[in-house]
Amino acid sequence: MSTVCLLTGFGINADAELALAFRNAGAAVSPTHVSALQKDADLLHSYGILAVPGGFSFGDHLGSGMVLASLFRSELAVSIRQFVANGGLVIGICNGFQILVKSGLLPDVHETGEPSASLVWNDSGRFIDRWVGVRIDRPETSPWLSGMSETYEMPIRHGEGRFLFRDEDARQRVLDCGVATLHYAEANPNGSQDAIAGITDRSGRIIGMMPHPEAYLYPELHPVRRTHTSSVAGEPPILQLFRNGVAAALR
Amino acid sequence: MRIESAFHPHLPDGRSATSLHKLASLLPDITACAVIDVYCVDDRIQPDRIIDLVCDPVAQTGYFGRAARDTVLPEWTHVVEVAPRPGVTDPVARTLESALRRVGSNHLPDDPVPCRTALQYVIEAPTASLTTISACSKALYNPLIQICEIRERSDRTPLPDMYPHVEHMTIPDVQTVALDGLTVEELSRLSTERLLALEGAEMQAIQAYYAREDVRTDRQKHGLEAPTDVEVEMLAQTWSEHCKHKIFAAEVRYGDRIIDGLFRTYIAALTRELIKHRRDTVSVFDDNSGVVVFDEDTLVCFKAETHNSPSALDPYGGAITGIVGVNRDILGTGRGARPIFNTNVLCFGDPETPADDVPGMLLHPRRVLDGVHHGIVDGGNQSGIPVVAGAVLFDESYMGKPLVFCGTGGVMPRLTAGDPAWEKAARAGDCAVMVGGRIGKDGIHGATFSSLALDETSPTSAVQIGDPITQKKMIEFLLEARDAGYLSSLTDNGAGGLSSSLGEMARESGGIAVNLDLCPLKYPGLAAWEIWVSESQERMSAAVPPEHLDAFLALAERHDVEATSIGEFTDSGYIELEHQKQKVCRLSMEFIHHGLPRMKLNASWIPPDERGPWRLGETVAAGDRAGVAATSDTTGPGPAAGPGPAAIPHAAATPEIPATGRATGASASPDDPGVTLLQMLSDSSIGSREYLVRQYDHEVQARTVGKPFVGVEADGPSDGGVILPRHGSKRGLTVTHGVCPRYGDWDGYHMGAAAVDEAMRAHVALGGDPAQAWALDNFCWPDPVQSERTPDGEYKLAQLVRTCEGMADACRAYNAPLISGKDSMKNDARADGKVISIRPTLLMSLMGIMPDVSRRLDPAFRTSGDCVYLLGATRGELGGTTWDRLYGPVWEPSPRPFLEETAELYARFFAAAQQGLMQSAHDLSDGGLGVALAESAIAGRRGVHVDLAGVVEKRLPGERASVGGRRASRSAVVRPSHTDRLLWSESCGRFLVTVAPSDVAAFEHVLQDVAWARIGHVSAEPQVRVDVRGRARFDVGLEACVHAWHRFDRFLAGKEKRS
Repeated sequence: MSTVCLLTGFGINADAELALAFRNAGAAVSPTHVSALQKDADLLHSYGILAVPGGFSFGDHLGSGMVLASLFRSELAVSIRQFVANGGLVIGICNGFQILVKSGLLPDVHETGEPSASLVWNDSGRFIDRWVGVRIDRPETSPWLSGMSETYEMPIRHGEGRFLFRDEDARQRVLDCGVATLHYAEANPNGSQDAIAGITDRSGRIIGMMPHPEAYLYPELHPVRRTHTSSVAGEPPILQLFRNGVAAALR
Repeated sequence: MRIESAFHPHLPDGRSATSLHKLASLLPDITACAVIDVYCVDDRIQPDRIIDLVCDPVAQTGYFGRAARDTVLPEWTHVVEVAPRPGVTDPVARTLESALRRVGSNHLPDDPVPCRTALQYVIEAPTASLTTISACSKALYNPLIQICEIRERSDRTPLPDMYPHVEHMTIPDVQTVALDGLTVEELSRLSTERLLALEGAEMQAIQAYYAREDVRTDRQKHGLEAPTDVEVEMLAQTWSEHCKHKIFAAEVRYGDRIIDGLFRTYIAALTRELIKHRRDTVSVFDDNSGVVVFDEDTLVCFKAETHNSPSALDPYGGAITGIVGVNRDILGTGRGARPIFNTNVLCFGDPETPADDVPGMLLHPRRVLDGVHHGIVDGGNQSGIPVVAGAVLFDESYMGKPLVFCGTGGVMPRLTAGDPAWEKAARAGDCAVMVGGRIGKDGIHGATFSSLALDETSPTSAVQIGDPITQKKMIEFLLEARDAGYLSSLTDNGAGGLSSSLGEMARESGGIAVNLDLCPLKYPGLAAWEIWVSESQERMSAAVPPEHLDAFLALAERHDVEATSIGEFTDSGYIELEHQKQKVCRLSMEFIHHGLPRMKLNASWIPPDERGPWRLGETVAAGDRAGVAATSDTTGPGPAAGPGPAAIPHAAATPEIPATGRATGASASPDDPGVTLLQMLSDSSIGSREYLVRQYDHEVQARTVGKPFVGVEADGPSDGGVILPRHGSKRGLTVTHGVCPRYGDWDGYHMGAAAVDEAMRAHVALGGDPAQAWALDNFCWPDPVQSERTPDGEYKLAQLVRTCEGMADACRAYNAPLISGKDSMKNDARADGKVISIRPTLLMSLMGIMPDVSRRLDPAFRTSGDCVYLLGATRGELGGTTWDRLYGPVWEPSPRPFLEETAELYARFFAAAQQGLMQSAHDLSDGGLGVALAESAIAGRRGVHVDLAGVVEKRLPGERASVGGRRASRSAVVRPSHTDRLLWSESCGRFLVTVAPSDVAAFEHVLQDVAWARIGHVSAEPQVRVDVRGRARFDVGLEACVHAWHRFDRFLAGKEKRS
């Protein structure tokens, strides 16, 4: 049985490297076309992890992640909630994060299923590909983050990554629950509120983030390897995220 | 109905700021601008469903039946609404309809649901008149592909609830085209009227074919007589310069030599000779891209195309279709390859040109730059293919036509479904299947249009918008079909559409029969010939054995991709088409593919000492000089004596110094070379273009180990891209470029050889193996055929001959086969009665092997105390360099590689790289040693201190006087000093490297017998300091360098005005 149900199709494009990241962490991965899951949402229950990769689903033509968010909301949300309640884990990266937030699955601190945050255009108005440092606060709140308390380097690659709460109440609630766990460590690259780079739900089992941990598969992929050899030798530290997820899913 | 969606007023979405910025320069009193998305949808759809799909409830509000602008910008004064013209691809509308069908409960009618979209610019400019707004709106849309509605606040006319669609027309009948008895003049006129772009002699060949007795008999048997419009259009497409490369195939008289085709002589022969000894080259010239061996299980392929004419008319659409088009070339290589990287090399007019200096019908270079850039961002990012290498060049000659070179590389397994993946052959009986988008009138005549000069009559139907998402789905589908063994053959639909793709594939089986009624159309009413030659995007043609057809079509359905069997491959020897139950085409394969008469052209070279510096718009008169080149005893080892660079002139007429101006060069050279350095770093062709490149996703797919930016602040330049074609292996592939159009002002030979050298040098600088590299050639030329319109055609053709010679000599010396290439030969614009021809431009793209990517090098200085070396010899070669452009004209030889020296150096360099003896490495290119020192210092944020006394200098062959002294009598040209030559000469084959003190002995041992000099050390001071014999020539602070380096970025971001 596969561990990871990895969504593909309709313009998702960072699926192959995310599959590799999970495989390298010991998981069996089933690339699954969105339409297959749409046809039979119960497929999900034979997996331990649902992974929603980055890309441009439906071109982001109606806004980033909008079409799949609508599809998740109207056709998959019930099954996904059930899946998580039964111990399943969910990860959304970049476009996948946008989908989870806009469908109301994240952060969902009010547990109403209504979107309480969004990801809008970067304050620069431009797409940007740049490596950033991401600080993880309270790693103990999510099985994805066990033992990860450093600052992790990886790239962001998005035009619409500015995290924004619906209102002050939503923000306060999230801060109170402590689910805003990933923050841009240095300069805020996109104007996100509270420099939020990623977030979990209250259970910690659903996680989403704009930066791409799966982009740092090998040490050689770090951009300044030749000038900072000491800091980036050896396995990319962020890969712990995938090992954590797989370990939790297999438990 | 109309639905408007707007971001909450406190959440500017980027587009608003960009639009405000665009408008502000034209409309000084503008105080605010907001952008609203408009969706016009069939009334049968529930508005709630649209709002659910298009409005993010947290950030946006959807408005149904009332105007969003009153809320978003209550004080608005004008609105400008821009929508695609009917028939122009509207990817957003396509997505909306697809989403309505796929998401949620489906109550949609089965017939198409009309969806249209528009962008509404809400403007607050209290004192602007309607006339002013109307003039300014031109900055917001392109009338070739978009329509625009403008309203003042007082104007109560509502904006449309639905934008017009293509009117449904009756299907035009197939026409016949009478050729019988026409004179050659009449035939030429016919060609012009129908936009066939065929020459008189070519039209005569067609006329003669139809007059043949056997052809008449055969046609009568099939109910056909005179040529049909379908046939004539197909011939025009297939025989276009774009598809047939007639100039590269022509017989060329050059001096007293006859060249039996430039392609055959300089490209095919060379490559065949080189690959005899290389087992790592699989397929050259025959397929959509060149295919080589990466490792025992993996093949890689690479191809570059240009999309100049479309980009001149609509920069965004031209660039995006250029990228997705060359992606399809890779997808259509063998039975399918996966695109894994994109490249782009862009040549534009100076984006800082004053608006008044741009001829009427041409777009301002800044607008071209912005549009092309936006197209690349959307095309590459949405496709999930990283941009890993490229360049941007600015030159006034590209104002006429921008050059947009788009390259793509791909991977395929050696075997798929048990057969070599790179082999393909449609067999008689296979189904001809069209996959992907539908056919419309868009893109008709693209191939013939690109074979003509750009002028006021250029057809707008050749402009298209691409839809990367439709294509992305198609790529995933076809690669799965390949692995399942469903495909006999596969190719892309590019120029010439089906006529070209199926026409080519039919050669594999020996014929094809297609029913045009089966082709899926965007809207009814297309003539048969339009269906056959339309270049509508995102389409592939596949040959599928009948036993796999059902499975193939079912797989397409699962991937949300349209696929339709429209005919059958045959071995009849004919292309046979049916339309509306009538035979409309029966053309012999033999005639289509071999009936084109060969052109005979004259080339006539004028050596540099008989010319002056080239200036924009100037004609190099060749007419009265024909034959001079053939008897060139006085010019030394010139063309008549065979290949070789031009000799240095000893005496010449005095050329005039061009008028003062940044674009033409001519400010005085500063006395302080430190000032020169900062001016060069702030130059748009040298400085950072991080602003542009950061917007490209350069690392999706997790393969890009050598990124566009290097150094501690990740803002230093890299010499090229390095990627991992195969996950799990450390074997890498480098991707580099060489392009130096100005070197051709002196002699095309120099440009050709130097472009190869530049690409190879960069590959070596990254740590690549010089013995394992392959090259692509892309020629962009002004019309090189002598005519009334082009009085210097023979000279331009001679430049082409010499460029080919230089390129071939360098490729031979470096053992780099040319595995694929393209040419674009009519890059002239006629505007306001003037001709603007581009500088002849050769782009070399190179990919090569890096055995272990953990050994890769980059330019950043690393540790204070590391020794700085200059490898290679410096010569007095300032012609065509950056220094020449900024402070010239110097009118002296442009750089070219001395191939024995450079080949030896590259082998030694690679040995040193493999032993890990270098801390940093940077190739010397634009701006020479001076700029390379600063760039490495900027990348590493480390100072450097060098003394140039020890630099190895060599004389050019035939150079008699000491450097700097030989042209003392030529008062009108600028005389560079000795220091200028040391610092700014762009002599080929040189590197700036650093070595840790502990490795110095080992490093110098590896470099025995090649030219090198230890010139200084990486310093602890944040200064770039250059001495000559202990005397400081300049000492510039690192921060000043960094500031200058980013000047162009600030300009692009609107943070700094024109320098």
